[in-house]
Amino acid sequence: MSALPRAAELGLIACTVCGLVCRNVPGHPQLDGDGVDDAMACPRCGATLRRRKADSYMRTWALLIAAFIMYIPANVLPIMRTASLNDIDDNTIISGVVELWVKGAPNLAIIVFTASIVVPMLKFLALGTLLVSSQRGSGWARVQRAKLYRLVELIGYWSMLDVFVVALLTALVRFSVLSLVEPLPGVIFFGLTVVLTMLASMSFDPRLIWDGKDTDD
Amino acid sequence: MGMGSPEALLICEHCDTVYRRQLLSRGDVACCMRCGAELERHHGLGANALLALILTALIVFVQANMWPIVTLGLNGQLSSTTLWGMIIAMWQEQAKVVSVLVAATLFFFPLMKMTMLGWLLWFARVGRRAPGFVPLMVALHRLGPWTMSEVFVLGALVAIVKAHTYFDVIPDPGIYAYAALTLLITIFAGVDLRRLWDDVPEQAA
Repeated sequence: MSALPRAAELGLIACTVCGLVCRNVPGHPQLDGDGVDDAMACPRCGATLRRRKADSYMRTWALLIAAFIMYIPANVLPIMRTASLNDIDDNTIISGVVELWVKGAPNLAIIVFTASIVVPMLKFLALGTLLVSSQRGSGWARVQRAKLYRLVELIGYWSMLDVFVVALLTALVRFSVLSLVEPLPGVIFFGLTVVLTMLASMSFDPRLIWDGKDTDD
Repeated sequence: MGMGSPEALLICEHCDTVYRRQLLSRGDVACCMRCGAELERHHGLGANALLALILTALIVFVQANMWPIVTLGLNGQLSSTTLWGMIIAMWQEQAKVVSVLVAATLFFFPLMKMTMLGWLLWFARVGRRAPGFVPLMVALHRLGPWTMSEVFVLGALVAIVKAHTYFDVIPDPGIYAYAALTLLITIFAGVDLRRLWDDVPEQAA
């Protein structure tokens, strides 16, 4: 046994909802350590105890791919229309960033660029990498991959920024014919992208990173 | 091996490594030696202090929702909105999905989180489990990252800067209430609410 024993080696299982450490019931037919269909309820909170999140790989892949499909119209279609007396201007996510940069707010442009473009792309790349490497049972850079997952979890919801910007401007800029802001379909796809990537990162089980062959200790 | 009771053990959520629970002193954070994730941190604030913070947050939240957030001016015309003005505007403008997202992440989920937590803490300060303790604790866990008031504050800032080029911008009390709310949320971000499971023992309430 290594210096840092893992739950399965000690016949323990942690509740993911309340954190209670439970002993595997000896002889319980479903708790055989294979990580599949370990149906047993936590004695403290009643949540189902599982060694690993259910169908983690499949669910994460499905949600990630769905998010990516939504991400294409989110970027191609305009998210917001600004109409005034003499012109109509449709903004995409990128043109919104460019506009902020040109109009003299480069620091905010960087924040919006990070939240709307860097963070979603990072999530696709990071979760894709985590999925592929964990499914192969790779021992490569495990500590760094664990950190990457925690980063994705931490920054994920900040992508909602642009959705809130459009919603606030729509409600504010209502000067009948003089000036109007309307949301366009891009913002709906973008909102769905953010929700789907958040669901994807929640369904990935970071413990899978460590489940391959032990090379670290 | 003699492990004592399972309550004396701690399992890293991120890699399944098992640890013996250590007594933490003020400011201590226990981190996993395998993957570096946080295991547990010292409980700096007692139930009374947390309850006071939650009540403050609730008051600020009501203000942030009642008062207009910002007012725009164009040729003498004024236009302002509250959070619910945003939700209604998005619904009317054929962006119902966004309207529901905004209502959930900026209104219903934060409100549920604060009232549930307030209820639990109200009883926890006298060492009792509130009626409905178990389902409420599970619901709090599930709400997880779906409250986004702090993101909205940054979004409001971006919207103000964008509008500033074309309109006169007058910040309203709502935006200050939101700023205060963000500070309170930041304090709560460092509090592990699971401790209530251990702090309030199970007994006939």
